[in-house]
Amino acid sequence: MKLFLAFITKEFKHILRDTRTLIILFGMPIVQIILFGFALTNEVKDSRIGILDYSKDQASQHIIQELDASRYFDVEANFSSPQQIDQAFKEGRIRLAVVFPAHFRHSLFQQNTASIQLIADASDPNTATTVVNYASSILKSYQDEVLGEQTLPYTIQPEIRMLYNPQLKGAYNFVPGVMAMILLLISAMMTSIAIVREKELGTMEVLLVSPVPPILVIVTKAIPYVLLSFINVSTILILSVNLLDVPIQGSLLLLLGESMLFIFAALALGLFISTITNSQQVAMLASLMVLLLPTLIFSGFMFPIENMPKPMQFISNLIPSKWYFFIVRDVMIKGLGFKSVLKESLILVAMTIGFVLIALKNYKTRLE
Amino acid sequence: MNAIIANHLFKSFEKGKIKALEDISFEVKQSELFGLIGPDGAGKTTLFRILATLLLAESGDASVDGLDVKKDYKAIRKRVGYMPGKFSLYQDLSVEENLNFFAHVFGTTIEQNYHLIKDIYQQLEPFKTRKAGKLSGGMKQKLALCCALIHEPSVLFLDEPTTGVDPVSRKEFWEMLKYLKSEGITILVSTPYMDEASLCDRVALMQKGKILDIDTPVGIIEKYPKKIWSIHAPNMYALLQVARAFPNTHTCFGFGESHHLTLKNDDEDYQAFCQYVQTHYKEPFQIQEITATIEDCFMALS
Repeated sequence: MKLFLAFITKEFKHILRDTRTLIILFGMPIVQIILFGFALTNEVKDSRIGILDYSKDQASQHIIQELDASRYFDVEANFSSPQQIDQAFKEGRIRLAVVFPAHFRHSLFQQNTASIQLIADASDPNTATTVVNYASSILKSYQDEVLGEQTLPYTIQPEIRMLYNPQLKGAYNFVPGVMAMILLLISAMMTSIAIVREKELGTMEVLLVSPVPPILVIVTKAIPYVLLSFINVSTILILSVNLLDVPIQGSLLLLLGESMLFIFAALALGLFISTITNSQQVAMLASLMVLLLPTLIFSGFMFPIENMPKPMQFISNLIPSKWYFFIVRDVMIKGLGFKSVLKESLILVAMTIGFVLIALKNYKTRLE
Repeated sequence: MNAIIANHLFKSFEKGKIKALEDISFEVKQSELFGLIGPDGAGKTTLFRILATLLLAESGDASVDGLDVKKDYKAIRKRVGYMPGKFSLYQDLSVEENLNFFAHVFGTTIEQNYHLIKDIYQQLEPFKTRKAGKLSGGMKQKLALCCALIHEPSVLFLDEPTTGVDPVSRKEFWEMLKYLKSEGITILVSTPYMDEASLCDRVALMQKGKILDIDTPVGIIEKYPKKIWSIHAPNMYALLQVARAFPNTHTCFGFGESHHLTLKNDDEDYQAFCQYVQTHYKEPFQIQEITATIEDCFMALS
């Protein structure tokens, strides 16, 4: 027990005396949350639009005001000719142009039909679709307002409810993603680097030629990172609830428990990496290539897995962070209970046991 | 009983391309200070690692304290002290923290075996709160020795402990080894410095994975077959050229301040050599007979 404590104390000293490690440990979660929360967002806000109004009547003015008042658009320019629209798109000043034909109000109310042209810059297709949709919905609400006075014989009125995330906030998606990414990086990368560092500095050689069971060296390496990862989970959760207004719908206890499970899976992965690499650089590269990229690509946090070709979907099943991402999304955002994440939890347990077994099998009591 | 026995050890790396050890056999007696002398790449570190149970030999066997390095590696690890060639302590821990940690590793305390490390530790004590990474080369090695000694090992493996250490610290280090030997500890030490060979009880001269000779330092020198002269002159390089041009020169090597010369027929060639140098080198030079050093023996054997 004294030996165990001596190792843990030593490990904490290593971590606390290395500024670089400390910055990664505590700076990264905060920076990531703030980055994803405020800078890297796929919500389209305050898009600049241009107006070409040939009609200049009550109806067109009303619509323009509605557009400008919404948080999605800023009316940047009023044009007087189609050439100016063209010019503004080329200069990238606007994302969308709205063109009202002459006698807009007249044709709307007298002929019961009127058209508006929406011109979007589709060099970024996703944004173009999004802004066109926003604009259409504003037009539609105006139309409903006008139509309220008269009734058409047949209409289908879709009523849309966005479940779990009614405001369509990006944060609901990336908070689970960031949690998966950071826990994996800290638990797996930092532990594997810490173990490999001992190999590289030659201290592992000295420890091997000692009565200490090698497994103790490894286990005590991982324990401080369990604690630190747990602090990180808490930090991320506090930040997301207070700063990004992402509520924890499900049980906090379940969420923390599942996070612990994922931390163990990541640690097991880190141990495994440390048994197959001999230098810190290789360990770091291996962690980044094997952990970070697949987490970004295959967890479903940035790109929907359903859209991937079958082989890629299959690969995504092998990525532990995918399952954790699902768990966090289900528990934190949807507020589901343990039953609904049972399958994912069992997969993580199996992966953890698998990695530990491979790591133990690979673990060398000698140098080669 | 011999403390260390190596029996026809073979070891190669990179699928047999590099032969690190070829048929290494030797024995080290209880509380003997045994030196492995040889240049870099001689296989000293590989040999250490096999004896310290870190590597397995391809063939041959070895035992430490009567225990087989392959079967009983766990028992061996409890009773040997090992100091690798590279400084292998925690650079970000202080002197005291390193010592305490290794004391824990071996299930002991600094106080328990203080008598062994007292002399070195007293030199380290003023720096005990300093980080190990900030110590001088000599201090680092002394600390590493302390850490290797903390559990009173019966056999000590020291892989090039004095490489990169200043001459004063080297001298102190060897005095420490003599003291440990008197305490009954068997020491296997390697060094690339030939002058340190004479400080060992017995030495093995190693090169390219083979042992060239094993004997006491005196014994090795006595075996040296030829007469040897030291020659000296203001222009050492020209002198070397002339000496080597003499047809009956056997060998002539630069040894720091002088050249060491051997002649094919020893004394018979001496007069002819002096005349030859006088005619060709033209300026005055000094020549005197000397006793061979370990380095001369090494050159002669390799």
